[in-house]
This record gives sequence, structure tokens and C-alpha cells, in this order.
Amino acid sequence: MSASDIPMNNTLTRRIIPCLDVTAGRVVKGVNFVDLVDAGDPVEIARRYNEQGADELTFLDITATSDNRDLILPIIEAVASEVFIPLTVGGGVRQVADIQRLLNAGADKVSINSAAVANPELVKAAADYHGSQCIVVAIDARRTSEAGEPARWEIFTHGGRKATGIDAVEWARKMASYGAGEILLTSMDRDGTKAGFDLALTRAVSDAVPVPVIASGGVGKLEHLADGVIKGRASAVLAASIFHYGEFTIPQAKEYMARKGINMRL
Amino acid sequence: MNTIAIVDYGMGNFHSVARALRAAAPDADIRICREASHIDNASRVVFPGQGAMPDCMRTLNESGLREAVLRAARSKPLLGVCVGEQMLFSHSEEGDTPCLDVFQGRVRRFSGPGYASASAHTDDTELLKVPHMGWNRVKHVRHHALWDGIADNTHFYFVHSYYVQPSDPALTAGLAHYGVSFTCAVARDNIFAVQFHPEKSADAGLRLYRNFVDWNP
Repeated sequence: MSASDIPMNNTLTRRIIPCLDVTAGRVVKGVNFVDLVDAGDPVEIARRYNEQGADELTFLDITATSDNRDLILPIIEAVASEVFIPLTVGGGVRQVADIQRLLNAGADKVSINSAAVANPELVKAAADYHGSQCIVVAIDARRTSEAGEPARWEIFTHGGRKATGIDAVEWARKMASYGAGEILLTSMDRDGTKAGFDLALTRAVSDAVPVPVIASGGVGKLEHLADGVIKGRASAVLAASIFHYGEFTIPQAKEYMARKGINMRL
Repeated sequence: MNTIAIVDYGMGNFHSVARALRAAAPDADIRICREASHIDNASRVVFPGQGAMPDCMRTLNESGLREAVLRAARSKPLLGVCVGEQMLFSHSEEGDTPCLDVFQGRVRRFSGPGYASASAHTDDTELLKVPHMGWNRVKHVRHHALWDGIADNTHFYFVHSYYVQPSDPALTAGLAHYGVSFTCAVARDNIFAVQFHPEKSADAGLRLYRNFVDWNP
């Protein structure tokens, strides 16, 4: 498989999505979901990524307590008033009313993770009410097969702390059938390691679902982004630290991917 | 005063459209309208839509705004966006839904051997995902005031599973490619309508909204 196998009458570009982990009004970045460090002001970062040509932005509210959950609403409002690209917001979404509040604040898509596992019908209800286009199901998966066994991944919830025993590929398929318009797939094994996406996981899920898959977790080099699309068949690639800390700009990433034959919006 | 009514019949994210219009045209009076008289009194009208077609048509009919939208379509600059574009056609495959019939034609789903579906599975060739989601090029089929300052083949942001198929090919003002070449912008007289989301298409989208605010068909 190479990018040239994609039908010529398809000019849809692959997306680069910087991810902003937000808590207490600031963007932070951790390793394997812990050891958080400050990475800056969300509106300022969002504006910079928009100017650089980011295709979308994802905000994950990693606030630990629900008391402070609504702190993200004014941030989303502020970003949505000056950045006119799609905004996805996730973290702590538990009911249809949470989705409504985030959409009203200016989110275009809302990502649901733990609550989808606790109550899959929530995804159905949300997609029925708001439309599949704004419902993203986020999946945190960890490889549970031993070396030499056929690859198998399980989903984890609550920021990766809680095992569920649910097969990740089957879960993705079920969520798409329940109306998820997109799957945000994070490899817990790779998140924060800079070792690259779990490409076998990405490919397995991308081939299993009819909806777009966003690959996430592990980007350390530009090559990883291209691999996520070419080898993992992801529709979009999500990364945080390589952009936040200025290791690479969005244009550098896009130009690299375009040189690999991937259709990009330059 | 240039008054722009955004039709709010209860479906979709009208706030995004309003935010983008306000950024593109700070000099205009942008209003989210839930009453027919406000739509009738506006100098131009934006007709957005998002979500499932049966729900959009049902809520439009129940909102009491259907006739006001049809009056606007006959009399003043009207911009349809996403499902707002699709609703202007005769009929949608989505839920077998009769639409407004301002334009003759059907709304079709992306389907066939090249597209991914719940049952399709392949290792060899990558299938096209549905919804068609992301930035795609828009080819200008003809000159139009709403394309002013926007280069041919500029990328716009799309998210949809259905697309319009006008009976009259002359309606098409823009084309995009996703497995098929499909109409993504239509224009006739005082009406312009697009499948993509100008409010989420960065500078090009803001320019299209600016052009609409300045348009005198």
C-alpha cells in the first residue's frame, strides 16, 4: 500500500490535529497520562496553530474533578470566536446535556470516552440528537497480547487507569454502528513515548470501521505522522508535544507528509 | 443597515455560523432568527443545517419558518450551508425525505464499491471513509461573486455523507471529488448554497461569508 493507491478522484486531504490537554485554564502535557507540565495559554496556542495551517484542533479537558469541569467552556468560547477551523472537545463528557453545553460554547465535535463504555446508549442518543458528525468516540487501547500471539488490544477508561476487558477493534466497530462519526484512537503504550503510533492497532481499527480514524499517542518524529496515514490508514493524525514545544511546526509536518505522497492542505 | 438573518429552526450549530459572519463582516447586523417576521425583514438570509435530514426537515416544518425561508429564496440573497444546501432540493435519500424543492434534484449518499461500509472489508485497497470529513478542494465551475478573492481549487472543510445531484447541471457552481465528482456549490439568481462549512474553513470561508454580505445579485 502506498499513498498512490488512493483513487485519483479523491482529493480529500489527511488532517493534522494538534491536541491541547487543558486543565485549570492552561494547556499541559504529560507522559503516559501523568507528570503534567505547563505548555501555555490555550487561546494563544490555538491562534498560532490556526495561523500555521492546522486542519483541526482537539481540546482534552483532563481536569480531575467534575467541580471544575465547566472551566473549559469560556476557553472554548474564546477560541471559537477567533479560530475558524473545527474544534473537538473531550474529557468528562457524561450525558447529552454536557454535549449540548460544549456545542453551544463553540465545539464542533465532542469526544466521549469513559461514558461511552459505562453507557453505550449515550453514543446512540447523542448521535441521534446532534448528528453523527459531531460525535467522536475516543478509545484508549493497550496491547494485551503476548509476543508471538495474534495482536489484541483492550480498551481502558478513566484516563487509562481502568481496564475493561473489551476488545478495542470490536469496540470501535460497535461505536461506529451506534453512530460515532469518527474514532479518536490512542495507544496507551505509546502515548508520551515518542516511539511512534502503534501502527498495527491503527490499521486494525481503520480497516474495521467505515468512519474516519484519528491516530494518537507516540508521535516523536515527522516520519511517525506519515506512517500513521500510509501504514496505519488513519484519516487524521493527532500530536501534542512535538508541536507545543516547537520541535516542529505544522507546515514542516505537512510538507514532510506531502513529500511522502500524502495528500495534504499546504 | 445590512441585516443578516441566520435561520434558527432548532437544528445544528448556528452559533458557529454567527461567529464566523461577525468576524467576516463586523459592519453588518448579524442575527440568529427564530421568527418568520425577522427573516422577512432581513436584507439577506443564511440557511444552515446540520444532522440528519429527516430531523432537519421536521424541525423546519414545526418551527413555522418554512414559508419564510421559501419567501427569502424568491426575493433576497440566500446562502444555504451544508444540510441547508441539501434541503433546497426536491428529495433526499436520507430517510426518504421530501425537501423544499426550490431546486429540482436529489440528495444522494456516498455509496458503492469504493466506499467503506459496516460490511465492507479489504486489505488491498484503502476504502473511502463515510462521512467525507476534512479539507477538500473546491473547483469553480463558473465565475460567481461569491468566489471573489478565492482561488480556484482552494480547500474547504467538509463533513457529510450525502451530496446534491441537481437535475439541471447549470446549477452547479462548484465541484469536489470524493470517489465521485459531486456538486458542492450551487447558484441561481439570488441563491448560493454550499455543501462545505465556510465557518470552519479558515480564511477562505471567512472570505466567502464576506462576499455574501457584499453580494448584490
